This record gives sequence, structure tokens and C-alpha cells, in this order.
Amino acid sequence: VATSVGCGRQSPACPSHCSRSVAFDVSSLGQAIVWDEYLTGPFGLIAQYSLLKEHEVEKMFTLKAGRLPPADVKNIIFLVRPRLELMDIIAENVLSEDRVRSPLRDFHILFVPRRSLLCEQRLKDQGVLGSFIHREQYSLDLIPFDGDLLSMESESAFKECYLENDQTSLYQAAKGLMTLQALYGTIPQIFGKGDCARHVANMMIRMKREFPGGQNSIFPIFDTLLLLDRNVDLLSPLATQLTYEGLIDEIYGIQNTYVKLPPEKFAPKKQGEGGKDLPTEPKKLQLNSAEELYAEIRDKNFNAVGSVLSKKAKIISAAFEERHHAKTVGEIKQFVSQLPHMQAARSSLANHTSIAELIKDITTSEDFFDNLTVEQEFMSGIDTDKVNNYTEDCIAQKHPLIKILRLVCLQSVCNSGLKQKVLDHYKREILQTYGYEHILTLNNLEKAGLLKLQTSSRNNYPTIRKTMRLWMDDVNEQNPNDISYVYSGYAPLSVRLAQLLARPGWRSIEEVLKMLPGPHFEERQQLPTGLQKKRQQGENRVTLVFFLGGVTYAEIAALRFLSQMEDGGTEYVIATTKLINGTNWIKSLMEKLEPPPF
Amino acid sequence: MVLCAELAGPPAHPGEEAGTLRAVGLAGGGMNRMKVDEEEYWHSSKCKAFTFDDDDDELSQLKESKRAVNSLREIVDDDDDLEKFSWSGEPVGSISWSIKETASSSSNTPEGRDSGLQKGSSSHPALPKQASSYSISSFFKGRNKLGSFQSLSDALSDTGVKSYAPELRRPKADYKDYSSDWSPKDTVRRMQRGKICSLERFRSLREKLELLDEAVSVHDGNVITAILIFLKRTLKREILFQELEVRQVALRHLIHFLKETGEQKLFLDLLRFLDRTEEVALSQYREHLSIQDAEKRREFLKGCIRLPFSSEDAVHVQDHYTLLERQIIIEANDRHLEAAGQSEIFRKYPRKASILNMPLVTTLFYSCFYHYTEGEGTFSSPTNLKKTFKIPDKQYVLTALAARAKLRAWHDVDALFTTKNWLGYTKKRAPIGFHRVVEILQRNSAPVQVLQEYVRLVEDVETRLNLAMKYKCHDVVVDQIRWKN
Repeated sequence: VATSVGCGRQSPACPSHCSRSVAFDVSSLGQAIVWDEYLTGPFGLIAQYSLLKEHEVEKMFTLKAGRLPPADVKNIIFLVRPRLELMDIIAENVLSEDRVRSPLRDFHILFVPRRSLLCEQRLKDQGVLGSFIHREQYSLDLIPFDGDLLSMESESAFKECYLENDQTSLYQAAKGLMTLQALYGTIPQIFGKGDCARHVANMMIRMKREFPGGQNSIFPIFDTLLLLDRNVDLLSPLATQLTYEGLIDEIYGIQNTYVKLPPEKFAPKKQGEGGKDLPTEPKKLQLNSAEELYAEIRDKNFNAVGSVLSKKAKIISAAFEERHHAKTVGEIKQFVSQLPHMQAARSSLANHTSIAELIKDITTSEDFFDNLTVEQEFMSGIDTDKVNNYTEDCIAQKHPLIKILRLVCLQSVCNSGLKQKVLDHYKREILQTYGYEHILTLNNLEKAGLLKLQTSSRNNYPTIRKTMRLWMDDVNEQNPNDISYVYSGYAPLSVRLAQLLARPGWRSIEEVLKMLPGPHFEERQQLPTGLQKKRQQGENRVTLVFFLGGVTYAEIAALRFLSQMEDGGTEYVIATTKLINGTNWIKSLMEKLEPPPF
Repeated sequence: MVLCAELAGPPAHPGEEAGTLRAVGLAGGGMNRMKVDEEEYWHSSKCKAFTFDDDDDELSQLKESKRAVNSLREIVDDDDDLEKFSWSGEPVGSISWSIKETASSSSNTPEGRDSGLQKGSSSHPALPKQASSYSISSFFKGRNKLGSFQSLSDALSDTGVKSYAPELRRPKADYKDYSSDWSPKDTVRRMQRGKICSLERFRSLREKLELLDEAVSVHDGNVITAILIFLKRTLKREILFQELEVRQVALRHLIHFLKETGEQKLFLDLLRFLDRTEEVALSQYREHLSIQDAEKRREFLKGCIRLPFSSEDAVHVQDHYTLLERQIIIEANDRHLEAAGQSEIFRKYPRKASILNMPLVTTLFYSCFYHYTEGEGTFSSPTNLKKTFKIPDKQYVLTALAARAKLRAWHDVDALFTTKNWLGYTKKRAPIGFHRVVEILQRNSAPVQVLQEYVRLVEDVETRLNLAMKYKCHDVVVDQIRWKN
């Protein structure tokens, strides 16, 4: 319901807007694209090959070291993120190209999302900068992932902001917000919490001041912008998400709306081509709200998914049964006309039944249960100040290091830092079991505040938990009445902040806000009188929540839940630097331990 | 610049944007004096990077290729009302799909390939067609209606070559790029838009710092870094460091920049200047990862020991060094043993990998596996490792148990848990709890006789009964029930 209102209806305009310019500009430059593989995912969401081809893109390659594959084209365009290691590969491509006796080709480089002087410097050091006729940038700032969800898909944003203090991605976020305002009107109210939020708001205000000509006359769709630093709520991504979509992401990893699943449970529907080699290749599915069934179950607690699926199964069977009652030609004709829709529904049901089975195998395992129990103990404040037995056991059994780090960090966050003795113990066990070189990773986690020493004698977490009702003992997973259902008990702090902002306002939680890192603030952007909204009775406010440093699917589910609450009064659209889960988030903070490729 | 201009403001000035695109980077051509100076600067400095050589051929080449491609253009099936999916679920024609396609075979014509695949896969409309609301084709059809988005390629076909050629050169108005009176503020703003700017005219320290402060105030990391490169080149190191110390944001950018570009020496100098000794230590320690040769790595780690780590980290680094030192000795020795073929254990269980650079616990496992009976005097003995690295009892027992169980050396397992008290009585004791012992034995497929012996030792009655049933230790179950009754 929420997504169809306002922004949901209009946001498909974003992809068209973005893709139009990319396709045209690229095509005006040349005919073969060499892709930074990471970019194909996000670009896949906004542009199709057929469109690029229409614009004279003849060949596409993945960026690889060595020599470029032969192609009978004049222009080669590198479409890459501004990263130094990619520059080295490009340089290699260009240098080995010159040695081949082939017709001279022109090179161009298109940086996404921004040109980087640093990268161009590297190209120059490699002696190839002069080979590029055009060096441009494509500002792919906010990519639409769904009717109510935009992401920058900048995988290192959190690390850059909170570890390296590099604000480039914040600048990008601010620019993305300016674009959004150009399309959907100036957002009159800006709230924020955290240092990065403050920076972004400052940049937006500055950018607006510097482009006075850009005064736009679009009636504003958003009433409020809420900027949230990820480090205000480090807890939520560490906990295991328990919504359907969240679990799919935790277990299989969703990338650019696609998920790859083990093929065993997906028998081919039809006999025919390629039937034999099916079981080896993973099954790839796209997941978004365009699929009716998925839209219904994605944000539910996993425990409530089974009943929906079985209900759906009954409805579909009944619909297929209808054919026996179709007597007249007209009735038969009507039945037949509905067939494609019914078949689509059936195949969608089959897919999600299979996925649910796969997930159930895991959620019913003993280890999943034990892990969840410990997480919930931590989040509800039990035994957070001593070495945890389960964590220790996992280390002894050499469970994946990321799992261990998630648990230890969760404990640290729920205890406002660990006691020296406890921290030292964990560190030693981790280093002895997984290798001393992980000193570097542990240091990164400490710098990011995920792992820390309890400095003051005071543990603030219980106060925060109680004031903001982060732990709810009576959770209704089937028919939730509170956002805490997304983690079966824990209500994500970030979303509570959004909820409390809408009602009764942050003034009620001043004390707690002070305990959380970074400033909180409010800014107003003046609107011309003609554009000021006169709210109708019962009309919902629309808030854009921008998560700086990443957001999880469970948090998104919680916001969607708030949007749908009957007396909620606020609908939410979500934007983020990156869709994350605890695993890929921790991974982004780990030192790359493999030796550099020489 | 078309692309970034979208962000600067509402995309309402298509003409201007297209113009800037053509203007960027095509310096050269009519050179006035200012221009020559500029060229000199860009060519003589590190920042030369940002100019382009003019290439007269480029125009005609572009034109040619464009014409060629146009004549090749085949009819693309625009009838996209149903999305097509290949078996993998990826829409046919999606970017990642087509990369595979175009890269895999170059002999096929694009036409044939495309239509062939679409036919082949059309039997799998895996997702409902609504998904296409996110595909671009539908929007694309309407492009002509939205004149404001007109872009370069449209402009090209509309206006022809005539207007294209002159515009490729830098428009007259843009010569003001080279005006010398841009303030720091203007300069930064132009750099933000990716325009060429000379920084060389900022000569005094005050001006340079103004420039830096301006860049910092707009939070544009790209520009901050560019200016830092300039400052790094033109300022004395001490002065640069001092000024950055009071400019934390810029400082962090420089640190990140030096780290990224691998200017290790300057990086470490800077950290030392800032007295961030722990960071110096860690980042030097990090370098060991790129050293492949074990002997060289050991040498390097030895050098790391004296670095100013925090007291906890210092212990770990020392241990890291000691461990590698041990591993080198063990590796040389065992490789020799294995090759000689004299030792039974190596013949029976050939080593799968070298022990070099493995974690401590893995090394302990290895040692419990191949060198269990050795006395404390040898470097490769488990007891020596335990002592040297102060491995806790729990950790040691777990590892030894796993290793001996794997070898099915049940006698060793038994000995591991047998303790004698001062009266000479033997007693079974496990620092990890016997339920864990049972689990580990079971995982190594210990026979029931062995398993049940340890199941009996589990203290908690209920756990004992559960384990007994789970692992089919019937005797224990029977005993249990008899005892209960």
C-alpha cells in the first residue's frame, strides 16, 4: 500500500532518467564497453543490453588483466569505479593493445559515479593517460531497487566514512539528494542524527545556496528527510534478520535484487533444452515487489511465511479447479484468458515454497537456534559482561571468522564496550585460532567502534534499551503490532528513531539522543508560498529516511510496517549508501589478507 | 560533463551540458600566451594529467565509425512487452548476460545470436512481466517526447557534422578558465565540476591554505585530494605536516591517499610526526602480508617486534614471529622425513599442505597429529607449543582430542582425560565437559564402545540420556533406565 503512494508511483522515472543519459552518452562515444564487473549489477537495474545496442554498443567485455579481446570496433569505453587497482588493469589493457598489429582503437573512460583525480594520476604514472580521448563520469547516485527503495550501492561507504574518514561518499549522497529534490521537489524539513548526517545536511544547504537558479517549482513529494548515521545504530546489522527477505539475504546474499540459490529444489518446469546440466548451476531469481506473492511475504517474519504460502496454494488450486465448472464457451474463454496469470502465480508460489524450504532447513538447525539464543540474550541485556560459552565453542570449532566477529561485536555494542579481561580473552582466542594477521581486522573493528573497551564504568545500553523499548518480550510474529517482529523481539534502534521522530518527536528522548554518537539537528528549507502543502484530513506525511553507511532488509521491513500502520500517519521511502547485512558489512571492514596479485 | 551536470541542478539545460561535454579535455588549438604558460605548467608538473592533446583525426574517426555502425544497425526487437529470461533467471538481454554472450563468441553476428537466444529461452518467463517496469525499454520509446533530455547523440543526428566540428574545440567563453584571477573559492568550485584549473598561481602559503580550507568546506574528497597533491609537491614537508595537524579532515584525506598509493615512507613519516605510533607499527606490520618467502617474512616480523605496538598487540606480534620461526623449522624437518619415506605416520597420512603461515591452533593440531609422542624438548612437540604460547588447557585438550580421534588412537584419548590424584587413584576429568568430548569423538566416527565410555561420564543425567539415545549407546540407556527405576 505504502509504496504505491506518491513516490512509489513516480520513482520508476528515476531509472529512465538515469539510463537515458548513460546510453546516449556512451553511444556517442563508441562501440565496445569494457565493464568493471561490479557495475554490471547496478547498471542491470536501469539499462538493458538491447538499449545499449541500439546505441551502437556492439560488444561488451568484463575488465580483466592482459590483452583486450579482439573486436571489430573503433572505440573502447572503460566503464569503471574510480579505484586504483582497476586503473592498473586498464593500463595493462591499453599497453598490451599497442603492441598488437591491429587497427588503432580509441579509448575512453567513464567513471562511475565520479571522476577521480587520484585515478587519473595513476593512469598517468602508468603512462597511458594520454591514450584516453574522453574521460568522463556518470553520476549513478541513487539506483532504484524498488518503488520505495534507492541505493547508491557503494560497497565501501561505511569503511570510508567511519574508518578512513573519507567523505567522498557523503558528497555523493548529498548530490544524489539534490537530484532527488530536482525531481521530487525541495524537502522542507531535514532531521538528522550523527556526524555524517550533519555533513550531508551542510553540503545540501550549501549546494542549494550555490545554485540559486535551480529554484525548482515542483510540488514537494517528501515532507521530511531523516538522515541517519549507521554508527548511531551499530546493533541492528549485527543481529540476524528474521524476515523472509532478510533471511534470504543472510543465507544466500541478495545482490542487486538477484539471488543465487542451490538448484536442487528447483526442478525444471518444462522438458527441453539444457535439462541435463541443470543441477550444477545455481538458480538465479530476481526478487522485487513486482512479483505479487513476494511483495506480500518479503517483509513478514519467516515464521509467518508458511501459512501465507499454504493459503496461496489453496487459492491457486481452487482457481485451476474452476475449469471443471466452465461450461459455456464464454466461461471457457474467460478461464483461458486468466491462464497466463495463474501460471505465473503458480510458478511464483513454487519458487517461494522451495526457497522457504531451503531457509527452513537452516533455521531449524541446532546451531542457528543456539546462535539466535545468544544474540537475543545479548540484546535483552543478559550476561553481556562475561565471556560467552557459545562464542568460545564456535571459535574452538573454527566456525567462520565473520560469525565470531558478529557475535563478539554484538556483545560489545550491547554492553557499551567489553571489560578489558573479556576483550583480551576473545582477541587471543581469535588470533590463535584464525591467525595473528587478524590483529589488523580487530583494530579496524575497534576504530569503527564495533569492538571496544568499556571506558566509563557506566553501561548505557540498558537505558537506551528501556527508553526506546528496543526489547519487546511479547512479539507477535504472525500479526505484528510492533516493529520488533523483524528480529523476533528486538526493535531496530534506527527505525525506532524514525518512529519516535514522527510521533511524539525527538524532544521526548533528548537524554537518550545524547548517549548516541554525533549531534542531532533540524533544518528547514524555505518553499515558495505556492508550493507549501496544505494537508488534507487523513493524508499521510511522506518521510525519506537516508541511511548513511548501509541499511538491512529487516530495517526496511520495519519501516514498511510503519508505513502500513493504519493510524501511522507517515509513509517512508528509504535511501541508503548500500544494502547490507552483518556478514558483508563486517567483511567490508576486514583487512584484505590475500597477498596482492603480482 | 553531461553526467555530472545532472547533479549540479535540475536537468533543465541540455544544451549547456552537451556543450561542456565537448569542451572538456579538448584543450589545445588556439593558443594565447596564457595558454602556453598553462601547457608548460601541466607538462612540467605532476598534474599535467588534466590536459589532452588535440587530435585532428579524432573527429573524422568518430564520424566514420558512427556511419559504419549506423549502416550495420540491425533491427532490434523493440517489442518488449514480455521480458525474456534465460534459464538462469537472468533476463535475456540484461547486461551481465550479454557480457557473457558477446565475450564468448565473436564469430556470430549479433543479430543471429540475439534472436536465437530469445527463442531458446522464451519458455522460461520465470518472473511476471511487471518486472519490466524497471527495464528501460519502455521509457526509451518515449524519449522523443522528452526533448529536454536530448543528448549528444541526438544532437548529432539532428544538427549534423557542421555544428559538431567547431564545438569540439573549446568554446571561446571557456578561455576564461585560464584567467588568473579565480579566487580559491571559484577554483574549488570549478574543480568540483571537473574543470581544468591551474593551482600554480597560488603561491603564498596563505593562498594555498585558503584553497585547502575551501575544498574542505565543500566536503569534496576528490578536490581535497587534488589540492593535497599540489601542496605535497609545493610545500616543505614540515610545513605541510604542521598545517595539516590543525586541519583534521584534510589530514585524514592525505593519510588515506598515501595509504592507497603506497607512499609508505611519507605515510610513516607523517604518522610519526603526529605521534601516532601505534598506527605506524600496525601499518608496518601489515607489510608482511605481501612477503611470500617464509624466511624473508620471518626476518620482517622479527623487525616488527620492536615497533611501538600497544602492549597487547606487542605480545601477539611476538607470538606471530615465534610461531613462524617454529613452522620453518618443523616444515624443513618434516618435508625431509616425508621424502625419506622412513616415518610410518607420514607414509600413512601424507601431508596435504605445508604448515607455514597456518594459525597457531592449526599448528598445534598438526603437531598433535604427527608429533604427539615427542618430548617437550623438541620444537615440534605439542607440549612445547603449549608451553611456549601459553595455550589454555581447554584449547589444548580440544585440539589434541580432535587430532588423536582422527587417528583413531583411542588409547591417547583415554590418557588425555585420566588424572591421578595424590593417593594414586585415577580419575576421569575433562576441562571441556564430557558432552563435548562425545561430540568430537562422534564426529570422528568413534565406535560405540568408545563413545559410550564417555557418555557415561557426562554429569548431567538428562544430557547423558539424550546423548546415549542420539548416538545409540544402548547399554548406557539401559543402565540409565534401570538406575532410575
